[in-house]
Amino acid sequence: MATTVFLALLCVSILGYSLNRQAAARMRANGTKLHSVPGYHGLYSLLSTIVPVVVLIVLWLALQGPTIDRFTMSGLPAGSLDELETGGRQLILAEIKSISRGRVFGNPEAWKVDAADRYVWMHAVAGWMLFGVVIVASLGIVGFARSRVAADFRARHGVERITSGLMLFCSTIAIFTTLGIIAALLFESIRFFERVPITEFFLGLNWEPQIPLREDQVAAEGAFGWIPVFLGTLVITVVALFLAVPVGLLSAIYLNEFATPRLRAVAKPVLEILAGVPTVVYGFFAILVVAPAIRSFGATLGIPVSPNAALAAGSVMGIMLIPFISSFTDDALSAVPKSLRDGALALGATRAETVLNVLFPAAIPGIVGGILLAISRAIGETMIVVMAAGLIASLTINPLDSVTTVTVQIVTLLVGDTSFDNPKTLAAFALGMMLFIVTLVINVFALRIVRKYREAYE
Amino acid sequence: MADATAGTDPKPKTGSTADLVRASLARRNRKQSTLQVLGIGAMSFAFLMLFILVASLVSSGYQAFTQTHITLEVFIDPEEVPLERLPRGGFDDVIEASLSSVLEDADPNDRATMRALGSLLSNGAQFKLRDRVVEDPDLIGQTVTMTVPVSDPYDQLHKGLIDRETPEQFRRLKNFEIAWFDQLVAMEAISKPLNTGLISNPDSRFPELAGLKGALVGSFWALSVCFAISFPLGIGAAIYLEEFAPKNKFSDFVEVNINNLAAVPSVVFGLLALAVFIGWFGLPRSAPFVGGMTLALMTMPTIIIATRAALKAVPPSIREAALGVGASRHQVVFGHVLPLAMPGILTGTIIGLAQALGETAPLLLIGMNAFITSAPSGPLESATALPTQIFIWADSPERGFASRTSAAILVLLGFLITMNAVSIYLRNRFERSW
Repeated sequence: MATTVFLALLCVSILGYSLNRQAAARMRANGTKLHSVPGYHGLYSLLSTIVPVVVLIVLWLALQGPTIDRFTMSGLPAGSLDELETGGRQLILAEIKSISRGRVFGNPEAWKVDAADRYVWMHAVAGWMLFGVVIVASLGIVGFARSRVAADFRARHGVERITSGLMLFCSTIAIFTTLGIIAALLFESIRFFERVPITEFFLGLNWEPQIPLREDQVAAEGAFGWIPVFLGTLVITVVALFLAVPVGLLSAIYLNEFATPRLRAVAKPVLEILAGVPTVVYGFFAILVVAPAIRSFGATLGIPVSPNAALAAGSVMGIMLIPFISSFTDDALSAVPKSLRDGALALGATRAETVLNVLFPAAIPGIVGGILLAISRAIGETMIVVMAAGLIASLTINPLDSVTTVTVQIVTLLVGDTSFDNPKTLAAFALGMMLFIVTLVINVFALRIVRKYREAYE
Repeated sequence: MADATAGTDPKPKTGSTADLVRASLARRNRKQSTLQVLGIGAMSFAFLMLFILVASLVSSGYQAFTQTHITLEVFIDPEEVPLERLPRGGFDDVIEASLSSVLEDADPNDRATMRALGSLLSNGAQFKLRDRVVEDPDLIGQTVTMTVPVSDPYDQLHKGLIDRETPEQFRRLKNFEIAWFDQLVAMEAISKPLNTGLISNPDSRFPELAGLKGALVGSFWALSVCFAISFPLGIGAAIYLEEFAPKNKFSDFVEVNINNLAAVPSVVFGLLALAVFIGWFGLPRSAPFVGGMTLALMTMPTIIIATRAALKAVPPSIREAALGVGASRHQVVFGHVLPLAMPGILTGTIIGLAQALGETAPLLLIGMNAFITSAPSGPLESATALPTQIFIWADSPERGFASRTSAAILVLLGFLITMNAVSIYLRNRFERSW
């Protein structure tokens, strides 16, 4: 239905375009001097039809589903919904919807089949109503736009005003996205903290996100203390940085100072490939190659290594971060003014001394900014740890143990679960909010360092 | 030591400095070469890791590009498959009977043997036969030739992944089963053609039948939606910020937002989609449409940043010339600057879409990791995407899925390399330096 409606709108607006354009062209042929060329008269009609009607369609489609659901539920025979919680009502609605799609399981009660029929009927009616409203509204606007075609009508100004408005709207999408993220996380987190005390979340040392399946279940209370989860994230991040920082720094220094231009031309794109590999591939690499290798290496030394040790996930994450750190270091070293380098070399310093004692200290702010961004990447990285790290939160800093991370918990708590009314799924949003805040603070800090440093040399 | 001699030595000062420098030169050069060796070591480490990554994927994945098939003559016994009971019938019994007739020591009356025989073929074989018979009921009572995949353990055996030297109790195939298979090989009933099913089949619980069709179609829809949303919105925002926005608090705020969005962890976008698109707007779970909208929000900052860079690269003389002959600011931008910046914009867009194609975490949260055995026919139907399919298969315990995961990764990397190559081509072919 939606496709038909959009097609109809497109046809009507093209009709409006050609009507206005021809009208203006006729006027010009008759010798009238127009303010705007005929094309702008056409575009004016096209844009002033499409923009408001598309907004109307989107709003209609967004509101149609919930409205029809509500009508369906309120139209059920009295008494059929008594003594039912939200979950039970949703189940009945889902059943009605599945019957309306023709998927009938067992023998549903007659009133459910009736409701399904009504559901289908209402959808059809809503679709036709939308179609009618769109046709009437767009034809009306086309007629209005046609009536405005005149010699002194400033169609070009109108078109430019509309496009300016559209572009302004486009640039506010970023703000709306940020607002959406904050609203979603905040709203669900508040619902979480209504069920679990805020002090338990921030200070608790146990993370066992279970919920009772039955009322009378023993050991039903889950524990929601985020400290072990956060500690696990830190362990993996530290392991990743231990690998990525030295390798990234040294390779960037080598590429920047010692490598021949030909080697540089080859090596830089190859390093970029490492950055372009999707993280799910790194995750598979961790479980296919790195984790078994670390385990068998530990076995030859007689050290017990957990099957999903933090070391495996962390080192693969380190490999992922190498190009990130090396490109930031490379940029920072290249941004140091040539005069500093020339001065050091003229005083008789070797190239190594120039790099280590002159360029590197000058580039430190940029490099630190890059490392901070890498930390925030590592904290927010999901797929590698989901595939290669553990699920059970333990309070340990031993990288050979299995640890879990914030992102792993978010994914495992939410995958396959639809209801938003228990602490288990809501906990994921609380964790998500902490993740968002931590990475945001690090990012803002890092960007500030990088920018301040750039200004110093420009 | 050098300091002490320098203080007491009566020789002229210039000479002593030269000596000092000379004495320390070896140490300083050693330091330099140490740094160089460390640098080379670090770079080789990175390259080695890339090599191991690719090599391990290729070595475990190339096997999945072929699939062991068996060709059988099946007599469709009217007693097992009566016409009036179609589409039901003992199709598995018919196939087992045909197998036992060609194999020497298979006793058709021993039920354990027959069950073992049945597991030689892929579970889909009987359905394939059923579909053929339902389509053409005249086949009942005749002998048909059919080529079907063998089940996963035999596939592994044929590809040499099951070691025949392993003691029998640790092996997935018993000695008599291997003997059967060797008989079939001797009869030339076994073939190993290119595994077209990897691309043309949807997902399945059985590795020998599982393919990427559903994931490819799902990824196609998600990327189309992502492109349709992020491309116009991204370009609009970039043009506004670069060409029209006044320098004020609002523009700065928008810029800060865009820069921050580019660094927000992808899983947070998944939470946004789950809470807002699915929870509040009531859009369906697992739908590529929702996935595409989520990916669009993540891709938009990339497109905006690339577009702004491309617009900035157009020299001011173009703008001034157009303004000079009387064009309005809109006409300058849409008629002259934007077309000149298009190659750069397209390059950035393709790179952004390539990133979106590999993105997994947000798609997991909106449920695009469901087990779905048919390709979606529209963007609002449940589907998986290429990276989530890789995740599902990587989690599956069957041996056959390990090589299929690697093969799926190779397919994904193939797409990414193609997209990047196209963007590099576009840049080299159309981008002008002024």
